[in-house]
Amino acid sequence: MTIDNIKEILGASYIVGEEWKDREVHTACGSDMMSDVLAFMKDQSVLLTGLCNLQVIRTCEMMDIICIVFVRGKLPDDAMINMAKEKEIAILSTGHRMFSACGVLYEKGLTGGPTYRE
Amino acid sequence: MSDTITMTYEVPADDFTRAGEASSNVKSKLKKMGVDPDIIRKVSIAMYEGEINMVIHACGGTIDVIISPEEIEMILKDQGPGIENIELAMQAGYSTAPDNIRTLGFGAGMGLPNMKKYSDEMNIESVLGVGTTVTMKVKMFE
Ligand SMILES: Nc1ncnc2c1ncn2[C@@H]1O[C@H](COP(=O)(O)OP(=O)(O)OP(=O)(O)O)[C@@H](O)[C@H]1O
Ligand SMILES: [Mg+2]
Repeated sequence: MTIDNIKEILGASYIVGEEWKDREVHTACGSDMMSDVLAFMKDQSVLLTGLCNLQVIRTCEMMDIICIVFVRGKLPDDAMINMAKEKEIAILSTGHRMFSACGVLYEKGLTGGPTYRE
Repeated sequence: MSDTITMTYEVPADDFTRAGEASSNVKSKLKKMGVDPDIIRKVSIAMYEGEINMVIHACGGTIDVIISPEEIEMILKDQGPGIENIELAMQAGYSTAPDNIRTLGFGAGMGLPNMKKYSDEMNIESVLGVGTTVTMKVKMFE
């Protein structure tokens, strides 16, 4: 699935990174807790979150996450947008709530990682 | 040894928006050096969790990163309140973070377990009222 597919499926809009729309994503993670996200290690993934602050971008930078979807219509501020551009992280915003955003993507074949084990 | 690089970072206290700058800098540096992306990710995540902990639980501190051909060592030192029970703090889900930290996306009690998971070696020394030093090593080759 590409970033552009995600945008279409979620009826989302690009905030950052339309030029990276053909990049492939393999897995997804949905959480508002960044340490939960940091426990999940997968290549080329997308993060769905309702949390909207600079540490969301930092977390994705550390994990090489290539796309962030803000749910419930959340919009990043300028500092977040600038950091995302610099780190080449695409940002989408959708009106879906977390549960349905994850649900529709899952239905279209995007999966999460394995079950968490310590 | 000439092929060892040491970098030192000051982690500012109480500045949540700047937390992660040191980790970001190390990540860029390792990328430029051509280090394996999986190794870089391990270092980045482990150090970032530690850096965030220094900001939210202590009052900032210093981080030394020592890069040698064999491994990357991170020494995170703070003069914060210290950790009373390290074994308990290491348990997934244990957190003393206040609610306002939780609304910022942290305080799940997953940081120390993540640091252990992503580093090849980890050691915590902590004295109540004096501070905490966390040392982590990530090997360059599996
Ligand atoms: N540098 C430190 N100084 C003092 N206490 C610490 C320090 N690092 C961790 N702790 C203590 O250990 C607990 C567990 O840390 P851990 O990083 O696992 O979770 P957290 O920081 O509370 O939440 P999360 O990391 O999921 O955002 C903390 O809640 C805190 O009580
Ligand atoms: Mg933590």
